Amino acid sequence: MSEPSSAQLTTSRRLRSGARGRMAVVAVPYLWLLLFFLIPFLIVLKISFSTTQLSMPPYQPLVQWTGEQLNQLRLNINPGNFLYLWQDGLYAQAFLNSIKVAAIATFITLLIGYPMAYAIARSSIKWRGVLMMMVILPFWTSFLLRVYAWIGILKNNGLLNNLLLWLGVIDEPLVILQTNFAVYLGIVYSYLPFMIMPLYATLEKMDLTLLEAANDLGCRPLRTFLTITVPLSMPGIVAGCMLVFIPAVGEFVIPSLLGPPDSLMIGKVLWTEFFNNRDWPVASAVAIALLLLLVIPIVLFQRAQARAAESE
Amino acid sequence: MAASPPNSMTVREPWLDPSAEPYIRIEQVTKCFGEFVAVSDVSLNIYRSELFCLLGGSGCGKTTLLRMLAGFEEPSSGKIFIDGIDMSGIPPYERPVNMMFQSYALFPHMTVEQNVGFGLKMEGKAKSEIADRVAAMLKLVSMTQYGKRKPHQLSGGQRQRVALARALIKQPKLLLLDEPLGALDKKLREQTQFELVNLQEKLGVTFVVVTHDQEEAMTLASRIGVMDHGRIVQVGTPKEIYEFPNSKYVAEFIGSVNLFEGQLIEDKADHVRISCSELDQPVYVAHGISAAPQARLWVAIRPEKIHLSLEKPAQHENWTRGIVKEIAYMGDLSVFLVLLASGKTVRVTRPNMWRHEHEQMTWEQEVFLHWHDSSPVVIGA
Repeated sequence: MSEPSSAQLTTSRRLRSGARGRMAVVAVPYLWLLLFFLIPFLIVLKISFSTTQLSMPPYQPLVQWTGEQLNQLRLNINPGNFLYLWQDGLYAQAFLNSIKVAAIATFITLLIGYPMAYAIARSSIKWRGVLMMMVILPFWTSFLLRVYAWIGILKNNGLLNNLLLWLGVIDEPLVILQTNFAVYLGIVYSYLPFMIMPLYATLEKMDLTLLEAANDLGCRPLRTFLTITVPLSMPGIVAGCMLVFIPAVGEFVIPSLLGPPDSLMIGKVLWTEFFNNRDWPVASAVAIALLLLLVIPIVLFQRAQARAAESE
Repeated sequence: MAASPPNSMTVREPWLDPSAEPYIRIEQVTKCFGEFVAVSDVSLNIYRSELFCLLGGSGCGKTTLLRMLAGFEEPSSGKIFIDGIDMSGIPPYERPVNMMFQSYALFPHMTVEQNVGFGLKMEGKAKSEIADRVAAMLKLVSMTQYGKRKPHQLSGGQRQRVALARALIKQPKLLLLDEPLGALDKKLREQTQFELVNLQEKLGVTFVVVTHDQEEAMTLASRIGVMDHGRIVQVGTPKEIYEFPNSKYVAEFIGSVNLFEGQLIEDKADHVRISCSELDQPVYVAHGISAAPQARLWVAIRPEKIHLSLEKPAQHENWTRGIVKEIAYMGDLSVFLVLLASGKTVRVTRPNMWRHEHEQMTWEQEVFLHWHDSSPVVIGA
């Protein structure tokens, strides 16, 4: 090869500075994740292996010097917290219950969200923006305030009961607040936009001539929906369900404000361990276990999907 | 399935036979979208095993007419009959009609085999029958080895074949093709045109093709319906449309043409003379026409029907002279733009039959133009 020309040099220099710029852009979110996710996660992981004690902070350090010399170093690694989670049935029960509640709530959210997303995606272009705006509008108010508002609506002398009494539908107030129904209502209400947004994105992109092609080949409208529309919107369905299911499993605010006092949700258990029992190591172990039990299946699922997409 | 040659000879021009029963009857069909009239009072008969092309520019209503045949749009007024059955109110999934879409509309989540077999699956056919017919259909379009692939793994030409196979597998009474070759590059398009014609002749299925490409229409069609502003302006064989356009629009849309405005000055049963202000002498046309005396008319002469020479032609009539302004060498032929004394530019094409043909003819040279008295077509204003 001959010497690179000056033009080539400037090009490569420009490319290199471009690469540096890209690095900087990519580095910002990574730095953010490192600072506010990975480091806190490692701290929680560390606490989950420590032993509780009455002090400030309320756990023993993992590594302790008992004397001056290096051989007097003592490791206080305590896997007992995880064993305790395993042996005490309460945690498994709370965990399974959380998954059940989250799964049912996700399914209901999908049933409500899909027709809404479909209707918005098929409405005229000038309406789509307005309708999506209305879906997102509740985010203007704090999540906590909106859940509190439901207390006002659902309680015995709340808006809903008063309305039904006034209409004469019922004779005495319905007990809705502090039931599982109220928990489902709260989760579905709060997470519906997270379901609608990815569904809308896939449905809106869909090529409508595919539906005409199916019709043309003898496929009736309902079957067209099931054989063409649903499979093609699968990425949106998966994304929407993930966005609802994952936070719903660990949900704390909704079950504690709207649910029955004895409801066993893993988020509430975690809160109780941490703030009421001040058992930071067990609370951390619950958090780690929750994370692993949620993250591992999701990672496996996504890898399976990626492999399926590759083999296509 | 495949008609024997003598039989196909007898049905070659069924539109000339007044006793022939049309297979598709479009009767006074109009389609409006709000204020906009997309298709306006179209009546058309299409015969069995025809390859009929609807030709026109964008927005002329050809696709709307096709979509009404498929059942995606209902006519605002008028009726469509397919094989004698009134199609009003019959949804697309119950019509004996299949369509090949311009975008092909292959289902991206299904393999080639699943795409092709989709129509049979909807009919509730047995799995083994579907597999057999899909295999036969893929063989017909030479796509056998691609059965397990997904549409995004295919080239444009391969997708086109899959779309065709999918539309043909239900053996429809009528196959609709919306710009079937529009997405292919030029070389592939030419090759596929002939394949499509051969396939149509082999299967005997009636095809209605929508295209904006006049060359495509000429190659494919048994007859062409030229559309403009929602109306059918002329129906005829490719030759009729090219050689005897009935309007200025058709003459200009199909191929290129030189148009001279003129006035009828001599009207005889076997010939007419038309005086054109842009030509030095009247045009002699060797056939009679039906027009009012002194009528304003257009004389249309195709570029390849005008001859160029350096010497004055022997004939007394149908010649003029001009100066060569542009020469475009196209390989197989050359295009000359010749400026007449009247200021009119005339387009003339000459085949390059020898390597050194018309080397002596060059820019700014005076040349003579002449044409045979059967060449001009007279069009009413």
